Amino acid sequence: MLDVTHAKRFPFYLIVFLGPAVAIYTLFMIYPLLDSLRLSFFTTTQDKREVFNGLGNFSTLFGNSNWAPRFWGALKNNLIFFCVHMVVQNPVGLLIAALLVGSVRGRVFYRTVLFMPTVLSVVIIGFIWQLILSPLWGVTPSILKAVGLGSLFQPWLGLSRSALVTVALISVWQFVGIPMILFYTSLIGIPDELLEASRVDGATKLQVFWRIKFPLLLPMVGIVAVLTFVGNFNAFDLIYTMKGALAGPDFSTDIMGTLFYRTFFGQQLQMGNPTMGATVATMMFLIIAVGVSLYTLWRSRVQTYQL
Amino acid sequence: MRTLRGRRGAREIGPQIILVIFTILALFPIYMILTNSFKLKKFIFGAPFGVPIGKAFSLIGYQTVLSRSHVMMNFANSLIVTIASLFLILFFGSLAAYALSEYKFKGSGFLGFYLAIGIMIPIRLGSVSLLKLMAGLGLVNTLVGLILIYVAQGLPLTIFILSSFMRQVPDDLKQAARIDGATEYRIYAFVVPLVRPALGSIGIFTMIPVWNDLWFPLIIAPSARTATITLGVQQFLGQFVSDWNAVLSSLTMAMVPILLIYLVFSKQLIKSITSGALKS
Repeated sequence: MLDVTHAKRFPFYLIVFLGPAVAIYTLFMIYPLLDSLRLSFFTTTQDKREVFNGLGNFSTLFGNSNWAPRFWGALKNNLIFFCVHMVVQNPVGLLIAALLVGSVRGRVFYRTVLFMPTVLSVVIIGFIWQLILSPLWGVTPSILKAVGLGSLFQPWLGLSRSALVTVALISVWQFVGIPMILFYTSLIGIPDELLEASRVDGATKLQVFWRIKFPLLLPMVGIVAVLTFVGNFNAFDLIYTMKGALAGPDFSTDIMGTLFYRTFFGQQLQMGNPTMGATVATMMFLIIAVGVSLYTLWRSRVQTYQL
Repeated sequence: MRTLRGRRGAREIGPQIILVIFTILALFPIYMILTNSFKLKKFIFGAPFGVPIGKAFSLIGYQTVLSRSHVMMNFANSLIVTIASLFLILFFGSLAAYALSEYKFKGSGFLGFYLAIGIMIPIRLGSVSLLKLMAGLGLVNTLVGLILIYVAQGLPLTIFILSSFMRQVPDDLKQAARIDGATEYRIYAFVVPLVRPALGSIGIFTMIPVWNDLWFPLIIAPSARTATITLGVQQFLGQFVSDWNAVLSSLTMAMVPILLIYLVFSKQLIKSITSGALKS
């Protein structure tokens, strides 16, 4: 590494190297994020002027009878959306990864195919599943009938009781490849001698997994959890595609992303409101920041094993 | 040997069954859309599981899509946006990563941190101000506006990963070049090819979300002239919801290119993740 700290003048080539990236990043990422945080403390008057509003937007969002139910509803739905991913997506990803690590025949094929839905656009996935689950087309009911479970079928996406979980499971179906591949990466990093030694000591397969592999996987579990958290609290495309900006039926699939979009752009008879939109975005920012900080704190506290 | 293989086969049955079930789950919906897009409407509903041959075969859906939508223009827009973003991310990103990995100067530690903040914060959260900024610059409904956003979004992770790779390039090689009188730009041009595998995997990883993005085309460039394929398909499907042939065909047309690219590059893609290109 070249130490240019004490160069007579700031070397020109540093500006050439760093200038473009820093400029674009600052102007189109950092500035909009900071300006959006600022806007959440302002409100727009009738004549389109911005005036300082203190924490007014936030108290409207948390307490006003028009806003609060939507905000708390979206937050609750988003938490459920996240929990479904944590309970289904990540354990299934881990299961598949664990199966692939044993020298199963067709490993490369399975890995390739199971990662495939992840590369497709959420818009395509949303429509595909809308068609597959459609009572009109009848693909799902006839499959269920074939295995004798015909009576179970319901238009899950249309019922406010089941729509959110159904959409969450579709998202799980798409993204299960990510935890799969990340867990697979850390599993193949575990040295064979370690596993061999425990087997010689008489450990069963399950014991080897929970006592040896899982503790070594913990750092990756943390990474997968924080990636899931950030992704879920920033989700929008799937619900917008399947249920529209109103996230029906009766707002039952409304999450922070759709609430942000509706608030910012308006819907049907309601006008868009940029400053309230910025307020929702600030809340999303805070939620994500809390999640990432908790993860960092956990990483610094928990004892991880270095190989 | 024979018995050994037999034992291994028996042990494999459980995992194989589970993996086959997951594979069917992953492929079945995609298969249904692909096959039914080549069928007459009567057969889509009458025999959804049948294969599109003989009387069932039809291209009517594709004809509707090609004549009634802007699918070709949408494709061109997506290609322009994706390729331009990719090129700029890799070019500007490698320049900055090289500087961060090669020089120590006042504030270099802070700059590395500053550029890494964007890895965890989604750029979407700044959309309100971003739209205002784009309007001020006259970049609403332009592909340039989209490209600038995607470059800003892609740079942090690219710089982070590339600089960790560039640190591994041996110092004496660079010092020898310096003694021979090479300029700093020459040394950069010498280092970049050495981290080509990393460039490749970062390339694929930044390409997919850019190609698939719905949010920014929707709010920054929603006009018919600038719509990307993701937005175009979304709008087309919204209008033609009841025309099943058209819906299935447009889904297939949007899906196949990215699947082909994935299948061609999947080996490298997965190898690059598992070899730790994206670790740390």
